[in-house]
Amino acid sequence: MGIESKLGDGIITTTLDAVINWGRKNSLWPMPFGTACCAIEFMCVLGPKYDMGRFGAEAMRFSPRQSDLLIVSGRVNIKMMHILQQIYRQMPDPKWVISMGACASSGGVFDTYSTIQGIDNFIPVDAYVPGCPPRPETVIDAVMKIQQKIQQERSREYR
Amino acid sequence: MTTTGKSMDSKNGILNRETDFQEFVYQPQEERLFLNFGPSHPATHGTLRLVLELDGERVVDCVPEIGYLHHGFEKLGEYRTYNQVVTITDRMNYVSPFNNNLAYILSVEKLFGIEVSKRAQYLRVILAELGRIMDHAVCIGTHAMDLGAFTALLYLIRERENIYNLYELLTGTRLTVSYARVGGFARDRGIPADFMPRTLAVCDGLLKTVDEVDRLLSHNSIYLGRTREVGIITPAAAADYGITGPCLRGSGVPFDLRQAAPYSGYEDFDFDIPVGSTGDVWDRYMVRLEEMRQSVGIIRQAIANFPEGELYADSDSKVILPPKDDVYGSIEGLIHQFEIIMLNRGARAPRGEAYIPTEAPNGELGYHVISNEGNGPYRFRVRPPSFYNFQIIPSLLRGRLLSDTVAILSSLNIIAGELDR
Amino acid sequence: MALQTNREQDVMASNQEIRELVLARFGERILAAEEECGQLALTVSRDDHFELLKLLKESADLGYDILMDLFGVDYLEMGGRERYGVIYQLYSLGRNHRLRVRVPVPEQDPRLDSAVPLWAAANWAEREVHDMYGITFSGHPNMTRILCPDDFSGFPLRKDFPVQGIGYRENFEKIENPKTK
Repeated sequence: MGIESKLGDGIITTTLDAVINWGRKNSLWPMPFGTACCAIEFMCVLGPKYDMGRFGAEAMRFSPRQSDLLIVSGRVNIKMMHILQQIYRQMPDPKWVISMGACASSGGVFDTYSTIQGIDNFIPVDAYVPGCPPRPETVIDAVMKIQQKIQQERSREYR
Repeated sequence: MTTTGKSMDSKNGILNRETDFQEFVYQPQEERLFLNFGPSHPATHGTLRLVLELDGERVVDCVPEIGYLHHGFEKLGEYRTYNQVVTITDRMNYVSPFNNNLAYILSVEKLFGIEVSKRAQYLRVILAELGRIMDHAVCIGTHAMDLGAFTALLYLIRERENIYNLYELLTGTRLTVSYARVGGFARDRGIPADFMPRTLAVCDGLLKTVDEVDRLLSHNSIYLGRTREVGIITPAAAADYGITGPCLRGSGVPFDLRQAAPYSGYEDFDFDIPVGSTGDVWDRYMVRLEEMRQSVGIIRQAIANFPEGELYADSDSKVILPPKDDVYGSIEGLIHQFEIIMLNRGARAPRGEAYIPTEAPNGELGYHVISNEGNGPYRFRVRPPSFYNFQIIPSLLRGRLLSDTVAILSSLNIIAGELDR
Repeated sequence: MALQTNREQDVMASNQEIRELVLARFGERILAAEEECGQLALTVSRDDHFELLKLLKESADLGYDILMDLFGVDYLEMGGRERYGVIYQLYSLGRNHRLRVRVPVPEQDPRLDSAVPLWAAANWAEREVHDMYGITFSGHPNMTRILCPDDFSGFPLRKDFPVQGIGYRENFEKIENPKTK
């Protein structure tokens, strides 16, 4: 291969996508949209024992405009859905969504008049976390799945 | 605001205190800012929403808006059997799930006329007190975090993680335990041998953390400045708004249902009720801190005097789930199990109404269960402490600074799940 | 901060005693006074209920100073009485006693006097009953929906309302995924 041998030591070549994705996946800024029980369990994910900071995703931003990972933890009802959609729209591209827990993913035990039966009916979701509430390990697994997904993305898609 | 160009050109830019400042007198009625606080805001602990009318930094008026977590629990409860409802009760106050299970199951047991054994009562007390510690830990931790002291939260979450492990050891779940059942508990197995020693070990560590938080926060001058004389609830206002729990005790009323109307064997335990004096945010914080110590005392007493005997009430009755050995080993046991859990069968309570109030971490929690001889509640009403505690917030905020909003809100410890149900 | 043990004050007034006290003042206007699962429950017509609540709160020897709970019931499937009922759960700090007051509300004219002049706690509780059952409380300062959105129609806790609702949870715009577009 010609170009690398001419550049000398200490320099590697790569694609732009790989560099950008490497940066993106290791510095996710989550926006926790915590409503109910899962939000309490999500506190453990950030807490001393599980510590999501090990995966570069500890910079919680409660402003959607500064974040790129929306973690919907908890049930969403008909009064809240408009707000969730507004928050999703306010997030800059590229953005990813984790639906944490049974209630956000499918409505869970709440098959009632006011519970949204899965937020994926109305906003796109990238990773679903099962459990009521999910264990912190499962949430960390979802974050790693998102990281894998980011690694495969191509910046051309966001044009 | 009334501004003229006069102050700029007067005396070469030097202000005359006599005349110039008068032109900058702020006209409060002219300019008000409406601030939407929540429903997705870190300091609202979930989904509360306050619409604040601000005059500069000062809150003029406040309109709370609730219902962002309304999921029809009471409607759902009417379509479930008595044992199934347990599962939805602990999603109500998700910070202390077992206390909800206990409050519900006590009302149902009253309806059925079941008296559980002393051993079961004591185990329930241990779990309920662990729940109280968890709730207070989260409340104090997030309260301190909202006021800028992040460290306390991490210490308390570490302790809560230990309590989660205890719950997991006994019930198999960390958070939503759903452990109580009519006449006993969910799993038909004994208490694991290392449950009690581990509980005692957790209690020891917990006391240390509580002392640590006490030293970190209680007399920190910044913390004192933001909490003393802030958000004062007088005893009369508390009674008017139906406020119970630590918020009422912070105002100096020694009302604790564990002593006023003992349930589940609380009459056997010796503990004190911490009572505040002024009813401000600091008093409510101190009451919670002291209650955690008292809860540790109750748990230690319960373990020291843990009664021998059966954990389950009379298992021959057609209300209580049979032992799992019988279910797997004999046809009678299997039929008995199906008789109870099948949706068209189930145990039917006699017609009537039952309400047993309990002292949940936030105040009086009770489930008003009305039976129409069905296998589930005809009407399933929760008396949520947060719903009544939250109503007072406009009168606490009026005239205070915007930064006090966060301190007052977090000291009331509003759990949106039981506020909106 | 003080620690108190108030066991000696915790003498619970007996239901019998309270019942006699109330019956002596309110007489035959109490429609029923029975004991249900250890708690005294008074039934009173909606014309008299405000007067009874006022008496219970303000008389010195009863002193029910806390309104613990206020909620509605739909008796559609229980039969034999008016369709709705509103239940007041009162507590007296001084006497350490709990009392339940039940007020039947007819289906044709679901209307009741508000208890807000007596207890501020009734404010949201009555709004919730209004939201869930459509019972209107006259004299309430702000009789609007509290838990359901303002554009919600129907009263969820009525027995003829379906659990799944009627299409409220499907009426949202769907946001497409920008990556798959």
